[in-house]
Amino acid sequence: MAAQRSTGMESGTTGVSRLAVRGVTVGYGGRTVIDDLDAVIPPGLVTTIIGPNGCGKTTLLRTLSRLLKPARGTVVLDGEDIATLRTRDVAKKLGLLPQAPVAPEGLTVADLVARGRHPHQSWLRQWSSDDADVVERALAMTGVSDLADRPVDSLSGGQRQRVWISMTLAQGTDLLLLDEPTTYLDLAHAIDVLDLVDDLHESGCAVVMVLHDLNLATRYSDNLIVMRDGSILAQGHPRDVITAELLYEAFALRAEVIDDPVGDRPLIVPIGRTHVRLDRARRKGD
Amino acid sequence: MKRAVPPGVRFGQVSFVWRPWVAGVTLLLAAAAFLVFCLSISTGDFSIGLPRVIATILGQGERADAFVIMDLRMPRALAGLIVGTALGVSGAITQSVARNPLASPDVLGITGGAGMVAVFLVTVSGGTAAAIGSAMGLSAAALAGGLATGLLVYFLAWRRGIDGFRLILIGISVSAMTQAITTWLLVRADIRDVARAQAWLVGSLDDRSWGEVRVAFWGTLVLLAVVCCVAFQFKPLHFGDDIAAGLGVRYSVVRGVLLLCAVLLAGVAVSAAGPVPFVALVAPQVAMRLARYPTPPMAASGMVGALLLTGADLIARTALPITLPVGVVTAAIGGPFLVYLLVRANRK
Repeated sequence: MAAQRSTGMESGTTGVSRLAVRGVTVGYGGRTVIDDLDAVIPPGLVTTIIGPNGCGKTTLLRTLSRLLKPARGTVVLDGEDIATLRTRDVAKKLGLLPQAPVAPEGLTVADLVARGRHPHQSWLRQWSSDDADVVERALAMTGVSDLADRPVDSLSGGQRQRVWISMTLAQGTDLLLLDEPTTYLDLAHAIDVLDLVDDLHESGCAVVMVLHDLNLATRYSDNLIVMRDGSILAQGHPRDVITAELLYEAFALRAEVIDDPVGDRPLIVPIGRTHVRLDRARRKGD
Repeated sequence: MKRAVPPGVRFGQVSFVWRPWVAGVTLLLAAAAFLVFCLSISTGDFSIGLPRVIATILGQGERADAFVIMDLRMPRALAGLIVGTALGVSGAITQSVARNPLASPDVLGITGGAGMVAVFLVTVSGGTAAAIGSAMGLSAAALAGGLATGLLVYFLAWRRGIDGFRLILIGISVSAMTQAITTWLLVRADIRDVARAQAWLVGSLDDRSWGEVRVAFWGTLVLLAVVCCVAFQFKPLHFGDDIAAGLGVRYSVVRGVLLLCAVLLAGVAVSAAGPVPFVALVAPQVAMRLARYPTPPMAASGMVGALLLTGADLIARTALPITLPVGVVTAAIGGPFLVYLLVRANRK
């Protein structure tokens, strides 16, 4: 058992996946959303799950993070079935940010981020000097140190999201699962948060997230998982995965894929019904 | 340079976040509650000076004072402290669990259920059943009624977890049903029984005996110890179930244990003093504002509850020529204060 765990710990550097689902069937009540799915999250990368509404993106993320118990199959974290691990021990390895979390009114940024230390604390040991150091680093890394004394509800949406990410960082994990971290943010704030995700990746974190905006997903991810109807259509680097054909298959969206004028990734240009030069639209429609 | 993170206190392996303001406010409230407690003992048919009261409590007073203080006045004053603390903590828990300031034991049906059972005993088995109708029997039955209603609300509201609004809606519905039954019982009862039932329903500390106080004291103490142990695991639940689960908290277990404690604390309080209104609702909200803390602080809420109830009892006995039941005064203070809180929130 110990040997198995130690290989798991090294896997981040040796290129073995730390997180995977095997033959997972999961749903809500009687409704099955994902049926017999296998997926492997590659280590050390930014992985983004995309797909149309209701395809099971969030369900997959919640299953990976043990918030949803699969009816069949297993979630494997560092070589062990996540269901057999103590939830507290999982919390030391895997940080999670659900969609649109809400803090109590008046809670300060420092107190919110400090709560991220919970898995490392006990009744008698509620605030050690380690905790203080880690929280300070988490605040600095997400650029919110200057806001430490401010109430969370007085911040802008983008700052607030940075604070929540800071809390998951304070958990001391290098595996972060973010469920739609850019929801409700305007484009500038969304870019700001995704730049932060990039920084975290640079510092050695693996990130798995769900995003709605395909171009942001393409720009900021090293690995895309494209889902439809609870199964995976394609997985890989955005340059290999994003094609007009795949977009039509996954989203029933007619689009042109061009070279990003400022980046080294593809850029998706959707073709709607109006405001499109007719010759191009017709050509694509054939 | 000032550190961005909260300071801590450490003794070897033991460490806590140091919040001087919260600790100071809690201590001041405790001191104020103790002062009112002593004042309450010193006031009566004839008054006894505060120094003599304190000396007697510490076991160094004169024998003549000891009888009046320890046997006649102490049970009532102590019951006020205990019931107030229990209601304050109970309210802090229910409001935290539901993440809603309206979720007090009154709203969740606990007091309604206790009242219904008590009125049933007084009016139906009424004057006849001396055994059940005795004070202890009534308290125990009220406790059972409150518990049963509280658990019923919890299980009706449980749907793959507890949602605050659902809990409150079901609590209000069940409360309304118990109140309807209570009213029906009162309407068809003998007028003398009705008077007795009404006195109980409004909440009162009159004629407490050491026996009752002892039961309430130990019950409250044990429950507070459990709350104290579980409260640390509850902290992440203020951010919602998903965040709590992400931080490694088995939230349904933690919440279940704490809610059960809240129901039992309210039950103990109701069985000792009747359904005293508004204390559990107002105490956590006052404590939050005094302690400048974003969530209901448990210890400070208990102290505000104790202060409010002993204070209200003192006013009830001294303000008017006739002695009022304490519940009238807590409602008279609590009602306007709740309105003030809501109006202030609207203006923000």
